Amino acid sequence: MKTEPVISVSALDLYYGEFQALKQVPMEVKGRHITALIGPSGCGKSTLLRALNRMNDLIAGVRVSGSILLEGRDIYAPGTDVCLLRKRVGMVFQRPNPFPLSIYDNVAFGLRVAGMRDGNAVEEIVERSLKAAWLWDQLKDKLGQSALELPLDQQQRLCVARLLAVEPEVILMDEPCSALDPIATARIEELMLDLKAKYTIVIVTHNMQQAARISDYSGYMLLGEMIEFGATAGIFTSPKDKRTQDYVSGRYG
Amino acid sequence: MNLNGEKIAKYALMTVAFSAVASLLLIAVFIFKEGLPFMFKVGLRDFLFASDWDPMAGKYGIYPMIVASLWVTLGAMLIGAPLGVAGAIFLNEFVPKPVMRVIKPTIELLAGIPSVVFGFLGVMVLAPWIRATMGGPGLSVLAASVILGIMVLPTVISISTDAIGAVPNSYREGALALGATRWQSVYMVTIKAARSGIIASIILAMGRALGETMAVIMVAGNTVKIPHSVTDPVRTLTANIALEMANATGMAREALFATGVVLFVVIMILNGVALSTIKGRVRRK
Ligand SMILES: Nc1ncnc2c1ncn2[C@@H]1O[C@H](COP(=O)(O)OP(=O)(O)OP(=O)(O)O)[C@@H](O)[C@H]1O
Ligand SMILES: [Mg+2]
Repeated sequence: MKTEPVISVSALDLYYGEFQALKQVPMEVKGRHITALIGPSGCGKSTLLRALNRMNDLIAGVRVSGSILLEGRDIYAPGTDVCLLRKRVGMVFQRPNPFPLSIYDNVAFGLRVAGMRDGNAVEEIVERSLKAAWLWDQLKDKLGQSALELPLDQQQRLCVARLLAVEPEVILMDEPCSALDPIATARIEELMLDLKAKYTIVIVTHNMQQAARISDYSGYMLLGEMIEFGATAGIFTSPKDKRTQDYVSGRYG
Repeated sequence: MNLNGEKIAKYALMTVAFSAVASLLLIAVFIFKEGLPFMFKVGLRDFLFASDWDPMAGKYGIYPMIVASLWVTLGAMLIGAPLGVAGAIFLNEFVPKPVMRVIKPTIELLAGIPSVVFGFLGVMVLAPWIRATMGGPGLSVLAASVILGIMVLPTVISISTDAIGAVPNSYREGALALGATRWQSVYMVTIKAARSGIIASIILAMGRALGETMAVIMVAGNTVKIPHSVTDPVRTLTANIALEMANATGMAREALFATGVVLFVVIMILNGVALSTIKGRVRRK
């Protein structure tokens, strides 16, 4: 019965001051699938992604119109609890950004933010989250160590773990591998495929092989427009739009 | 010709720089030379931990002044540190950047207000108010703490603001993206990330409060007595030097230099700790 999209975006316009960064963008994110956003630099992928958990609200002068429905509810409707929204729709950033706290405190952060005081429960969830991000075996003996001392790919997986701890429904990832080497990238990709069983993932990537490898649906964006959106296989093998074809075959620009 | 000119300029500058450093060193050496022998003559116990200060009678205990300096400095920190850190957080997190660019230099300018002006305010406004509402003479530990607490605000705010401003935005975004409120992101992440800078600002402020003289003489009451309440008048180490120097000769004069040595050492230690916490933070980045 997973036919309803978890997120459905329609006619989304977004302005940074006078500049229109998104133009009438549509998108449907299916639950427990990976949706990839591809397109050249500056086309609005990050902007669209950050609209999904309202991180753009932090930038002065941003205006949004159109609608983004999360399980049928408009997330830009007045009275929306943005903190709750961001718990349901979590985000992993391009550069790993663990807090300058211990590994344990990083993962427990979201729980403490949510007001969880029961130490045992926190401990349990920290362990479960680190396991889910494939970090538990390496890190279980040094949970008190500063997270900033970890290698980058572990930092990035720690950021995933810290997100999993708050049990989001959707995970947004903005070029999560761009700061990582190929081996670390492969590990994060495997992790994403593993997480797909429980979570809905939207990923922005510059790497077309990556999109082809891991995503179920893809959207190709250009200059703020969604040129083509559909099943990844279709986008990469039989794109309907000439511009998509040029891009996926590497003839762009 | 031109080359010669450059050489002359170079040597002139070197001489100036050298004499500046040398004169500072000489002052330090002089203070120690005058003060240290005294400490050994009288004995550290009878100097630092005796309660009678009566140079006429050969009694040189500065313990009441040490206690007074500690109380007044701690009091100033109790007032100045929270206010200053709160101000720095407010400036960074809740004030628009353009406004901040005006407010911060303004606050730093406050550091230039002569201390006698603060002291005057204390005498005219604060001390009478304390006398009326809490009793005692008004000139007191409390009055000195409040005045000093305000005087150190520019130091605390300025250095803490820089420390908080240097916290990468990605930490804030990370916290907000996990559903933290603005305030939670401030106290759970930003303050922790800026911790060493904030601590350094407080330690530097402590050094300033401990060393301040004019304002303290004006508002602290200057009685040589171990205080029992915040409304008691006290005499700090710095005030003691300033008040007694006019008629100090012989041993009394040496005692004042020895008091200077105590202040010198404590403030050097505070500044050293502050500098090394700031440096430590830079190294870790
Ligand atoms: N804070 C901002 N203020 C003004 N314009 C912005 C801002 N952020 C992004 N833009 C503009 O919006 C457009 C889309 O930016 P966005 O970051 O979404 O692109 P992107 O597709 O993620 O690019 P990249 O692949 O380089 O990350 C760009 O033209 C960019 O210059
Ligand atoms: Mg981007």
